[in-house]
Amino acid sequence: MLGRTANGLYWMFRYIERAENSARLIDAGLRMSLTRSEATEDDWDGVLQSSGVRDIYDDLYPALTSADAIDFLLRDKSNPSSVMSCIDSGRNNARMVRTALTRETWEATNECWLDLKATLSRRVKPADLPEVIDGIKRKTGLIRGAFHGTMLRNEIFNFSRIGTFIERADNTARILDVKYYVLLPAVSQVGSSIDNVQWESILRSVSAHRSYGWVYEAEYKPSNIADFLILNGRMPRSLAYCYDKIVSNLGYLAREYGEAHAAHATAEETLSSLRNHSIKDVMDQGLHEYIENFISHNNRLGEEISNGYRFN
Amino acid sequence: MTKKGITPLAFDEMMNADNSPRQPYSTYNDWYAAQDKARLIAKSREAENIFRKTGITFAVYGHADSSEKLIPFDLIPRIISGREWRKLAQGIEQRVIALNAFLDDIYHKQEIIKAGRVPRELIERNVAFLPQMIGFRPPGGVYTHIVGTDIVRTGEDQFYVLEDNARTPSGVSYMLENRETMMQMFPELFHQNRVRPVENYPYLLRHSLASLAPPGCEGKPRVAVLTPGIYNSAYYEHAFLADMMGVELVEGSDLRVIDGKVKMRTTRGYEAIDVLYRRVDDDYLDPLTFKPESALGIPGIMDVYRAGNITIANAPGTGICDDKAIYSYMPEIVEFYTGRKALLENVPTWRCSEADSLKYVLENLADLVVKEVHGSGGYGMLVGPTASKKERTLFAEKLKARPANYIAQPTLSLSTVPILVNKGIAPRHVDLRPYVLVSDKVQIIPGGLTRVALKAGSLVVNSSQGGGTKDTWVLED
Repeated sequence: MLGRTANGLYWMFRYIERAENSARLIDAGLRMSLTRSEATEDDWDGVLQSSGVRDIYDDLYPALTSADAIDFLLRDKSNPSSVMSCIDSGRNNARMVRTALTRETWEATNECWLDLKATLSRRVKPADLPEVIDGIKRKTGLIRGAFHGTMLRNEIFNFSRIGTFIERADNTARILDVKYYVLLPAVSQVGSSIDNVQWESILRSVSAHRSYGWVYEAEYKPSNIADFLILNGRMPRSLAYCYDKIVSNLGYLAREYGEAHAAHATAEETLSSLRNHSIKDVMDQGLHEYIENFISHNNRLGEEISNGYRFN
Repeated sequence: MTKKGITPLAFDEMMNADNSPRQPYSTYNDWYAAQDKARLIAKSREAENIFRKTGITFAVYGHADSSEKLIPFDLIPRIISGREWRKLAQGIEQRVIALNAFLDDIYHKQEIIKAGRVPRELIERNVAFLPQMIGFRPPGGVYTHIVGTDIVRTGEDQFYVLEDNARTPSGVSYMLENRETMMQMFPELFHQNRVRPVENYPYLLRHSLASLAPPGCEGKPRVAVLTPGIYNSAYYEHAFLADMMGVELVEGSDLRVIDGKVKMRTTRGYEAIDVLYRRVDDDYLDPLTFKPESALGIPGIMDVYRAGNITIANAPGTGICDDKAIYSYMPEIVEFYTGRKALLENVPTWRCSEADSLKYVLENLADLVVKEVHGSGGYGMLVGPTASKKERTLFAEKLKARPANYIAQPTLSLSTVPILVNKGIAPRHVDLRPYVLVSDKVQIIPGGLTRVALKAGSLVVNSSQGGGTKDTWVLED
C-alpha cells in the first residue's frame, strides 16, 4: 500500500472520530447548562479546553458565551476540531484514499458530509441542537457500521483502526485532564450535587453515563470514574481499551510485513502499564501527571507509526 | 412525440420528420410510449441522487462555491445502429493509426514536412511539440494509448470529426457510470435491446497498458494512475479508473527516481512502477525537463523514460495532435500515412493564419464558430450565431491581434436526440466521444460518451458550460 494511502486512512478515521467526540462534548456541555440553575458560561470553558481550542476561541470572540462556544465547536471553519472542519478533513482524506474504501464506506462518509454541510450551513437554533447533535452521532455511526460490515480485514483496516484509537485515546485523556481536579480526593469528599453534575458530565462526554452504572455501584465515585475511563478494558473509550486495539492492529501489520518498528514497542509498553497498574497507583502518582505523560506518549506513538510506515 | 423547439434543419436521431421512430430507436420508442411520465421524472431524480451520493463530480475552475459539481445525466439513451457504428469505427481506426504514424514521423524523419504536406513551423514552433521526444520511440511504438475522437453528426450519413483528443481524453468514467445507472434503473431495456457492452473498459485498459511495458520491466508489469490530486477537476475519474483496474492511484509526491527506476513509496518501502497512466499534463510531468516549479511531477522521470525503464501513457508530446491548426491538416495526414482517403470527414476549417481565410472569417463572423488552436473545454471560443454584436466586435479584435491563434468552422447543424423535460421530451444537440485503446491493436469501445447541450437550441455540449451526458448504445445488428 502507498504510504500516502496509509496516512490518508489513518487521518480519515482520526477526523471522523474527532467529529463524533466534539459532538459528544457539546452534548455534555448542553446537559450541564440544563441541570444548573446559575450562569453556565464557565462550563463551556471546560468544554473548549477539553477540545484543545480555548486559545483559538479567545482570538476570535470577545467573550465566552454559550451560543458562540456552541457555534465555534459545531461549525467554525477556523476551529480545526469543529465538527464541520473534522468532517471536511475526514471526507477529503476519504476522497484521497477512495480506492482503498468499499463503496458503502465511501458513500456513508460522503453522505455524512453532504448532510452536515447542509445542516451546518447556518447557525443552529438552540431548539434544534439536540436533533443536530444526534444526527452527527448517527451519521458518523453509519460510517463506522459500513466500515465494519464491508471492509476486508487487511492492512487498510488496520491503519484505519489505529487512527480511530489513537484519536479516541487522546480525546478521553483530554477530557480527564481538564476535569481531573473534579476527581481529586480532597474535593470529592464534599459530594455535593454540583459534583454529581460534574461527574456525570465527564461520563456523558464519553457516552458512558449509563454503562457506568452497569459496572460500578450506582453512586458516582471519583476513583471509579477514573478507573472506568483509564483502566477498564471493557469500556470502549477507555485508554486501556484503545491501547488493546492499537497493539492488536499493529501486531497484524507486524506479522503481515514481517517487521516491527519503534511504534510496536511504544504501544506495548503503554498497554502493559495500563494493565499492571491499579487506579490507586494512578491516583498516587497524581492523575494530572499521569494523563499528561499519557498524552505525550500517545503523540509520540503517532509519529513513530507515521515514520515506520512511511506516511510522508 | 412532438418536436417542439427544434431547429428546422437539425437531424433528429430518434424521430423521423413524419414522427415515426428511426429504426435503431423503434424498440425503445415502444417502451417509452408505455411509460408513466411521472415515474420517469422520479427516476431522473433518483439518478441524480445516485450520482451525488457516489460523488461522481467534476470541478469547474473559477467558480467560487462550486468546487464539486454534478454533470447532469439524461436518461433517454442515444442509440446507434450496428451498421452506423461499423462505418464510424473503421474511420476512427484509420484516423488513430494515422495519428500514431504522424507522431512517430514528426519526432523522427519528418517525412511529412519534407513532402511539403504540413508546414514545418506549425510543428516545430508548436508549444505542444516536445524536442525532448525527438529520436525517441516509446515502447511498442505507441504514442497515443488512449484516444477520444470527438464526432458530430449532421444527417443520416454525415459524420464529422470535430476534434482529436490524443493528450488525455477524459470522461470515460461517465460512460461507465451512465451505463451502470441505466442498467440499475431500467433492466428491462437491456433485455429488449441488444446493447453492446462497455463495462469491460477498465479490463481492456489495464491489459492494453500492461502489454506496452518498457524493455526494463522485470516480471509482471506494475501499472499505476498518476493524478494531480483531489482538487483536480477530473479526480473522480482518476480514482475510479485506478479502482476499477485494481492499480495504485499515485501522486507526484509518492514517486521518486531510484536506481534508474520510477518507484512509489509504500508502507513497506519503495517499489517500482512499469507503466504510468498519467493524468498530469506534459508541462508538469518532470520539473527537471519541463516546468521547474511543478510539484505534481517526478524529477528525472524523462531520463527513466528515455532509458526504457518506464512507459508513460500517453507519451509526452502527443498533445500536438489536439492542436486545432494541426487538425485542419488531418485529411492530408490520414492520406499520407494510410495511403487512402480519410474515411471520416473533417469539418471544413479556415486557418486564420492565412490572410485570405482571416479576411473571410472576419467578414462572416456571425455565421462561424471560432476556436483557439490550443483551447479545450469550450473555453475561449466564439459561437458566431448566438454571440451578441459586442461579443463579436471584441472577438474580432483578438482575432486580428493574433490570427495564428485561431481557426474557424461553419456552424454545423448538429444532430439532436431528445432529453427528458418536465413536459415530456424535447430535442437537444449532441456530440459523441468514443474511446479508443491502442496497443499492438486498436480497440474501439462500442459507444462512448454522448454529451448533450441542455439548453434548447444551444450547440455547446461541454460539461464546463452546462452540458449533460447520456448513455450511448451501440446495437448488435
